Amino acid sequence: MRKLALSEELLLQVEKPARYIGNEVNSVMKRKEDVAVRFVMCFPDVYEIGMSHLGIQILYDMFNRWDDIWCERVYSPWPDLDAQMRREHIPLFALESQDPVKAFDFLGITLQYEMCYTNVLQILDLSQIALRAKDRTWDDPIVIGGGPCTYNPEPIAEFFDIFYIGEGETVYRELMDVYIRAKEEGVSREEFLFRASHIPGLYVPSLYEASYDEYGRLTAFTPVREDVPKTVARQVVEDLSAACYPKAPVVPFIKATQDRVVLEILRGCIRGCRFCQAGMVYRPLRERNVEVLKKLAVDMLKNTGHEEISLSSLSSSDYRELSELITFLIENIGSTAVNISLPSLRIDTFSLDVMSKIQDVRKSSLTFAPEAGSQRMRNVINKGLTEEMILEGAGQAFEGGWNKVKLYFMLGLPGETTADLLEIAHLSEKVARRYYEIPKENRNGKCQITASSSFFVPKPFTPFQWAPMNTKKEFLDKAKIVNDEMKRQHNRKSLKYNWHEADLSVLEGVLARGDRKVSSVILRAYEKGCMFDSWSDFFDNQKWMSAFEECGLDPAFYANRERDTGELLPWDFIDIGVSKRFLLNEYERAKQADVTRNCRQGCSGCGAARYKSGVCYENQN
Amino acid sequence: MKIRIKFRKYGVMKFIGHLDVMRFFQKAIRRSGLDIVYTEGYSPHQVMSFAAPLGLGLTSDGEYMDIELHSSPEPAEALHRLNEQMVEGIEVVDYRMLKQQSHSAMSVVAAADYEISCRYRPASFFEDSAILEHFLNEEHILIEKKTKKSVQMVDIRPMVYSACMEFIEKKPVLRVRLAAGSSRNLKPELLLDALCTYAGCERGAFDYLIHRTELYADISANEEEVRSFVPLSAYETEAEVCAGM
Repeated sequence: MRKLALSEELLLQVEKPARYIGNEVNSVMKRKEDVAVRFVMCFPDVYEIGMSHLGIQILYDMFNRWDDIWCERVYSPWPDLDAQMRREHIPLFALESQDPVKAFDFLGITLQYEMCYTNVLQILDLSQIALRAKDRTWDDPIVIGGGPCTYNPEPIAEFFDIFYIGEGETVYRELMDVYIRAKEEGVSREEFLFRASHIPGLYVPSLYEASYDEYGRLTAFTPVREDVPKTVARQVVEDLSAACYPKAPVVPFIKATQDRVVLEILRGCIRGCRFCQAGMVYRPLRERNVEVLKKLAVDMLKNTGHEEISLSSLSSSDYRELSELITFLIENIGSTAVNISLPSLRIDTFSLDVMSKIQDVRKSSLTFAPEAGSQRMRNVINKGLTEEMILEGAGQAFEGGWNKVKLYFMLGLPGETTADLLEIAHLSEKVARRYYEIPKENRNGKCQITASSSFFVPKPFTPFQWAPMNTKKEFLDKAKIVNDEMKRQHNRKSLKYNWHEADLSVLEGVLARGDRKVSSVILRAYEKGCMFDSWSDFFDNQKWMSAFEECGLDPAFYANRERDTGELLPWDFIDIGVSKRFLLNEYERAKQADVTRNCRQGCSGCGAARYKSGVCYENQN
Repeated sequence: MKIRIKFRKYGVMKFIGHLDVMRFFQKAIRRSGLDIVYTEGYSPHQVMSFAAPLGLGLTSDGEYMDIELHSSPEPAEALHRLNEQMVEGIEVVDYRMLKQQSHSAMSVVAAADYEISCRYRPASFFEDSAILEHFLNEEHILIEKKTKKSVQMVDIRPMVYSACMEFIEKKPVLRVRLAAGSSRNLKPELLLDALCTYAGCERGAFDYLIHRTELYADISANEEEVRSFVPLSAYETEAEVCAGM
């Protein structure tokens, strides 16, 4: 029987001990003597969140198919256990073998949102690994980061040995082979990292230097050696249908946030919304073959025993064989008491028909994401959703029996005026009014229109990467304008409005577009006790603000300053395939409220065509 | 058809709570392909019920659940298929058809056997058997039972059916049979509280290892009679036996 890293007494004292024992269905056990490389994959948040992440399940499956690699998992210990581990100096351990993380060859950390950065330090600290990469030796694992935040890795560059830029299915095997060879040859850790920096997509921060001007702006970012590549190219899977995908994902004992089979139907997006990082950095849109998906759905349900399957994508309606896939799922799987859930679906006749078949209309709500209230503003952000489309979709839904609608908006978009804000309330009102046009006898009581707004955070590699972000005061003033206008609407009793926490968004803005200097702030905030910042119960803005002060950095420099389009950006050394020229052109078009057509309407020459796959080549074979 | 399943819970699975064990079995049954009956409606769920929840941290050789199937393979085959879907720490040991007119395990469970041992230094009542003897000679043993709203005094003596000290591999083990079920239920932890109070010692949160060995139905003819019990696996089940152990 496996010996657990934590004592029984400790496990019985902490909340949800199941987070720490491993042993889940489909988790992989190997003998450490049989493998050349031990890899531990980390999602730096609590188990239930981390276990819901598809990316780790894909990579876990990929690594463990290789006989010479054993990939295990680790998640952030919840603060109750964290305190005990510090008190008793218990090293952080991997779930499968229960061995200390420090004993592994690699620690891979997925970076899904900026607010997990202090949790990265918690993981390193509890693992007894030096926090700064420069202080590590061969006694420490190679710490490698991946995921969306690596499109600007600079704020956390000091804590990582390597960043993997792009899709994980492509060059990990190469990295493993380089590592195995380096170990055989007995080379230094530095030599290994130097060799790794020549694998496409791998960025070794210690091999680059940044210099700044008197204002703190980046003036140069260069390799420290002649023979290190100047740019790092994003890695892209060309044929998604041939890429590995887990037929038997790990099934947690405790309820994870995503307690279902997740079927990734496509990657990338054709829409080109100007605020959306995912829409740019995952280009081009690539679909998985429908026959592959059918087989995966059946296998995954059989191997997990899950009662629900969910389609995953940035925009499911853009999957060309969606109708065939859904029909297959309803006919072959729905009968065995499996729920089918379809997020990111455009509301139209087809989707309403499908939804009425698979869910309880009276209980479910429909979601629209207009993102902005006025048509002008939607043109600015290139959101191809019109008021007519929303009212038409909502109207059809209301006539089909739905009476709950959710509307998502953003506040603080570039060029936003008060008139644009008021339109958020007016659009919500129009949706409600559309409901009450239905004769009383045909409708289902009152309707419930919930408008939510988040605060816009400009992200790297979007056309708005140069744009200033609003201050906390501007955000809250805007939320008040919308809220007041909501209360003036005729159907105000059917309208509900809520908005996000502003402090968190502002900090996210700093971390998203920060440079290397920001890492001192993250370290300082962690030392002050910041952890689980994405959890409102734990987020302590005061500590963060004093960390900025102590490090002599101004959050406004990163968040609220409009950057000159000629300024060198901290992430410019990464080549995502979409050109800076395209982003800049889109930024200019946004200022004119010009709409850019989507990839299927015609190519706008963003640069992603060089990957020779997906939508860029759809009608050419 | 209704099936009664008996399983063991041991090792690391003691850290998985009752609701999560239920979820585990729901998924395991789906993986096994057994033809389980679902309830009607928009959110169908499996017809499955557990006899008595086992607390977090406890192990057991005698857990029971009832399920309803449209059709069942031979019991040996079904047992095999279920065990293929188990993880280390859960083992299905028995699979039997229930008789036509049977009651659910949950509604008939009346008693549970436990083996209690000391994790650290044995408590006084483990070493001095006279304490247990005197304890059992008491007519009433009143203890405070805290509910969500109030604190009540409860007499637990009638819920202790038997208790004795035994030595297993030279280590003292307290064997008890306690009332279990919806009408009367005595948790072993509560008995230990009472024993500790009686012996004048403190009960530390992790001092005892508690292992459930069996669950019983009550087959006494009436209330006055000395209680007699049969294991749930032998109560209202079909004679044909398929034991996995």
